[in-house]
Amino acid sequence: MIRVENIHKSFGEEEILKGITTSFETGKTNLIIGSSGSGKTVLLKCLLGLFDPEEGDIYYGEKSIQEMTGDEKKDLREHIGMVFQGGALFDSLTVEENVMFPLRMFTKKKKEEMLDRVNEVLKRVNLEGANKKYPSEISGGMQKRVAIARAIVNNPKYLFCDEPNSGLDPKTAIVIDNLIQEITKEYNITTVINTHDMNSVMEIGETIAFIHKGNLAWQGDSTDIFKTDNKEVTDFVYSSNLFKQIRDIQINKV
Amino acid sequence: MKYLADIGSYFIMLGKVFSRPTKTSVLRELILKEIDELIINSLGIVAFISFFVGGVVAIQTALNIDNPLIPVYLVGFATRQSVVLEFAPTFISIIMAGKMGSFITSSIGSMRVTEQIDALEVMGINPLNYLVYPKIVALMFYPFVIAMAMFLGILGGWVAAVYGGFSSSDAFIQGLQQDFKPFHIVYAFIKTFLFAIILATIPSWQGFYMKGGALEVGKASTNSFVWTSVLIILTNYIVTSLLLG
Repeated sequence: MIRVENIHKSFGEEEILKGITTSFETGKTNLIIGSSGSGKTVLLKCLLGLFDPEEGDIYYGEKSIQEMTGDEKKDLREHIGMVFQGGALFDSLTVEENVMFPLRMFTKKKKEEMLDRVNEVLKRVNLEGANKKYPSEISGGMQKRVAIARAIVNNPKYLFCDEPNSGLDPKTAIVIDNLIQEITKEYNITTVINTHDMNSVMEIGETIAFIHKGNLAWQGDSTDIFKTDNKEVTDFVYSSNLFKQIRDIQINKV
Repeated sequence: MKYLADIGSYFIMLGKVFSRPTKTSVLRELILKEIDELIINSLGIVAFISFFVGGVVAIQTALNIDNPLIPVYLVGFATRQSVVLEFAPTFISIIMAGKMGSFITSSIGSMRVTEQIDALEVMGINPLNYLVYPKIVALMFYPFVIAMAMFLGILGGWVAAVYGGFSSSDAFIQGLQQDFKPFHIVYAFIKTFLFAIILATIPSWQGFYMKGGALEVGKASTNSFVWTSVLIILTNYIVTSLLLG
């Protein structure tokens, strides 16, 4: 479990996070949602340690990230997998080398053992046979799957995903969402997904934290979100015509 | 103030490059890759430019000697001095600021834009050590490139002078040996070593700390060339004043 307590983060005069307190549960897909500029990416980067909050604390298990020694932080990072918005695959490395990267960096496994593990995770994300291709030679959806494979290859305890299905067609987006959820259950990982895609919310939103203007405006699950009368949440959810029409049809039925 | 902040950030970067080292086996591979990309891949263009510029220096010198009292061996002497003291170390380094420098800035800048550097940081890898340190080590082989440029520049001068009918081979070789000071070679390699450090670190700094998108990568590459060239010229002036002045 990851706990966030009263996180504040500013850039210059502008306060982006205004005291967020929430938690992300193990074995569940925890979603951070909100409109663009709400502060969800900054929150994710604070969780990852890429930004240091001015106030507040983040707990991985029972251990505060601020109280961790350098070695403890290094150890924690080895247990974190991250899927970036654009995949962030290393252009100069093949798919196989990209996925093998964390193993080469952090383990003392022999090359054959590493290759076995790489093939295992590539099979898990349905990418068998793409080993020798470069990121530029595969589609956006495949790149996301390689990024997921790289993130889970070293058996992480925590998986972070920043807009994992942005730029993908709806069908591929659902495949990626379901893959992340299946992996979360299979490996019992604490997964935190940053998204503003309502389809993801419906598909895999087991716990949802709604961020609005740097505050935690609402928290619940994928069923509650359609029942809440929180104005910020309803404005966000029903900003899409599709969801508006579904709501109107349901109201008319009643 | 901005320039002071930039200078500070450059030296902080240098400090970080040598901290939290990457796994040795990985670093070894990265260094070999950088030697291939930065050194080996530059040999062709350096050889081509050196040979022909050496030839032009010899022809220009020969064409400008119209006083019969000036000995013909001056063609060889002037070619040697021009090539060894300035052309090979300085002129080639400025060309390399364009070739290597742009490559380094754009490759690191693209990694910044596409979050590859963030990915390294999240994994707990020191991105500066992973990306910049192998380039600095690879450029320690840069003096070999300059040694080759010196040899080919003089060879080009000899070919142009002898086969162009401007000087005999004996006179040219006599000129090459005339008043030779070994310290000039030491001086040339001292400044080559300093240029190598500039060539590895300024473009890396430009790429690593750039902000924005693809357009900014292009701008950072241009800035990288400008600042690397400016620093090479300034360093050249300072080193020449201190060692030869």
